[in-house]
Amino acid sequence: MKLWFGKWTAIAKESVDRAAIFAKFLCLLHVTNNYIFAPTLVYGPSMLPTLNLTGDVVLSEFISHRLGKVGPGDVVLIQSPENPRKMITKRIVAMEGEVVSFLVDPSRSEKSRTVVVPKGHVWIQGDNIYASKDSRNFGPIPYGLIQGKVCCRVWPIDCFGSL
Amino acid sequence: MVTPNFFWTVCKSSFTVGLIGLTISDRVASIVPVRGFSMSPTFNPHESTSLGLFTDDHVLVEKRCLTDYKFSHGDVVVFCSPSSYKEKHIKRITAMPGDWISVPYSYDTVKIPEGHCWVEGDNPTNSMDSRSFGPIPLGLIRGRVTHILWPPQRVGKIDRKFPQSGLAF
Repeated sequence: MKLWFGKWTAIAKESVDRAAIFAKFLCLLHVTNNYIFAPTLVYGPSMLPTLNLTGDVVLSEFISHRLGKVGPGDVVLIQSPENPRKMITKRIVAMEGEVVSFLVDPSRSEKSRTVVVPKGHVWIQGDNIYASKDSRNFGPIPYGLIQGKVCCRVWPIDCFGSL
Repeated sequence: MVTPNFFWTVCKSSFTVGLIGLTISDRVASIVPVRGFSMSPTFNPHESTSLGLFTDDHVLVEKRCLTDYKFSHGDVVVFCSPSSYKEKHIKRITAMPGDWISVPYSYDTVKIPEGHCWVEGDNPTNSMDSRSFGPIPLGLIRGRVTHILWPPQRVGKIDRKFPQSGLAF
């Protein structure tokens, strides 16, 4: 009886240890994925010719936007202001306080508008101005919606490199 | 006797605790202090004294709602200020996408765009909210306030409260 009990405590102890290691691993994964870097699949026509239509895997890092180190020209991951469950990839064109002028509808007319980006906001645009839903539709977006900065492309492997 | 081995153990365990704490505060819930009077009388109903850190309300913010961004009228939420990403504000949602709201001190009504919400403080005289910066994107929301945890005499659940005025149909 005593032997049987001892055996089961040993098994229970070992399974708790294993579960703790697994939980720690999940925590490490979460922190790496949210605070350091993570691969992201991006697709769609809006960032042509920088990113492919059919899908690229890019590596994005989550440090510089927390420190306020993103600037014009950076490709960033943004939570869409129209649907918070969706992430979009766009390029920052202007930071707060800067003046930006853009074509309202480049495929139809040459009409352009000039706006000043308000405090705490950024102006984002896709590289393909003919097929991109960006700040020209919904205006400047708050800096707090930026989720990460795309630093390099990982897949396809022959296009490996920074953007 | 302090040895390098002891230091190594301390470093390792504090790293583990940090990892687990960060994960829980991101995924499940965290505790934040409330400063200022914009949500009075729900939070901080009395004047603050010099011991602000101890008399300010501390609230529990749950993060489970961030997986699907489903909120309802009257929820108290924590969100990043649209004008400065380092500031966090606590306000009450008074209108959801598709609602019409009448802007105070002017006679026009605005429709809340898709993916946005209208937030207002409970203390209308002393609050920086959607009345000054307009509707905010739901993506700026960082959690929902559910309970008051500190001071001990005010521990309790926060109920959904519907605004008395402002909502127009």
